[in-house]
Amino acid sequence: MKKALISVSGADTTGIIARVATKLYEMNINILDISQTILSGCFTMMMVVDLEGADRDFSGVAEALQPIGDMLHMEIHLQRMDIFDAMHRI
Amino acid sequence: MINTQDILQTMQMIREEHFDIRTITLGINLLPCASEDVKRTAERVYDKITKTAEHLVRTGEDIEKEFGIPIVNKRIAVTPVSMIAQGDPVPIAFALDRAAKQVGVNFLGGYTALMQKGATDSDERLIQSIPQVMSETDLICSSVNIASTRAGINMNAVREMGHIIRRTAELTRDRDSLGCAKLVVFANAVEDNPFMAGAFVGPGEPETVINVGVSGPGVVKNALEQIKGEPFDVVAETIKRTAFKITRVGQLVAREASSRLNIPFGIVDLSLAPTPARGDSVAQILEEMGLESVGGPGTTAALALLNDAVKKGGVMASNHVGGLSGAFIPVSEDAGMIKAAASGKLSLEKLEAMTAVCSVGLDMIAIPGDTDAVTISGIIADEAAIGIINQKTTAVRVIPAIGKQAGDTVNFGGLLGHAPVMPVSRVSCESFIARGGRIPAPLNSLKN
Repeated sequence: MKKALISVSGADTTGIIARVATKLYEMNINILDISQTILSGCFTMMMVVDLEGADRDFSGVAEALQPIGDMLHMEIHLQRMDIFDAMHRI
Repeated sequence: MINTQDILQTMQMIREEHFDIRTITLGINLLPCASEDVKRTAERVYDKITKTAEHLVRTGEDIEKEFGIPIVNKRIAVTPVSMIAQGDPVPIAFALDRAAKQVGVNFLGGYTALMQKGATDSDERLIQSIPQVMSETDLICSSVNIASTRAGINMNAVREMGHIIRRTAELTRDRDSLGCAKLVVFANAVEDNPFMAGAFVGPGEPETVINVGVSGPGVVKNALEQIKGEPFDVVAETIKRTAFKITRVGQLVAREASSRLNIPFGIVDLSLAPTPARGDSVAQILEEMGLESVGGPGTTAALALLNDAVKKGGVMASNHVGGLSGAFIPVSEDAGMIKAAASGKLSLEKLEAMTAVCSVGLDMIAIPGDTDAVTISGIIADEAAIGIINQKTTAVRVIPAIGKQAGDTVNFGGLLGHAPVMPVSRVSCESFIARGGRIPAPLNSLKN
């Protein structure tokens, strides 16, 4: 499993999860978990996904997600989960 | 599966508190490049570096993108050039500079001589060439080891380095004496330091090696802001926990870079390295502990606690810890230090005391342009004495700002920052430095 975190932050609006999830489906990426919260006054949606079966490499996925961020006027980031596991798990 | 708090904390550390990996430094052994013909040596050096480091910068950028953590510098360290130069070392310096530019790193360290006990002919030629090399190359960093706990202090080298620093300052006077910012004089230099200006690959290192330096003063300061007024037990514990998290990311990046480049992992350096950016200051951590300003009474104790707690937290987070591993206190690269020095609250003498309890020494300090060579040598000797007696690394990286006086400002730009010119004692040590010879290695028992 190649776990990665997608985070979307900015002003809350409709269709955030729907749009991201649709794009992920097109790239054959499975969603493992979803959570949302407020970070420094910003709405933040976090999604853990598995890139194992994806039809493209890491940077390809990151590039494909970028237009969704632009469309929603929100920041969208893709990063590998390893950094969170390393930092918070002994 | 999602622990929202953990993820948010990591994001906040990176986005708001300037947490970054300060450097991935690729060490390359240049001993096989040595030949009797210096031109041939220079060619071999260029070829070996451009081949070995071809993918370094690209790999660093890939890791940066995938993990979402900035990796500020990608650098190269090499075998001390005095060990491979037979004859004039300057052509090798130019080859190193070209190679560094070709592969896109931002500094290359190793224009180095190790002369803690004495100088070889090659060491002599190398140090005499330092002013020219610092003035005519862009990316080369130079270091000279003049003392060690096992060898004592080579006072001939100390005397000579006073002149070398002055000449370097004069040759680069049109750039605020920038050459001296790339030149450091060490006691107990380490062989696996990933930070500049002092990085080089010691003779005990492998053919190639990846060393990583972490940073994050802003993260530590922010953690301390949450525990205002608590006793030092809580302060130490908080710093340890924070250092652990920072270092774990360093370890992750080091492992990843090592596996992608197929180059062995060496060490993670646990240093807290400030930058001139707002909120990325070691001085402000000490002030957060309760000091009105860094430089006042309590400063040395606060720094000692910080330095020790960072190591305790970091050691468990990495397989191999090494390098300098301690808090850095470069004046020009730390907004809090700059402020304290400019307002006269932080003196050179207090900085010297601080170097007894932290990494690494009198660092990035601008001194008046008319400071003579023997005074600089006296400063080096004092700092080396602190190093060899305490069995730690100490260093001097001072910048005589030619044409400027105490109270003026020098500006180096970028990560090197800007600094107020600090006053230096005018009491003469001329006869002391003129003696030369060696200060014997210190006794390592009867420690008081």
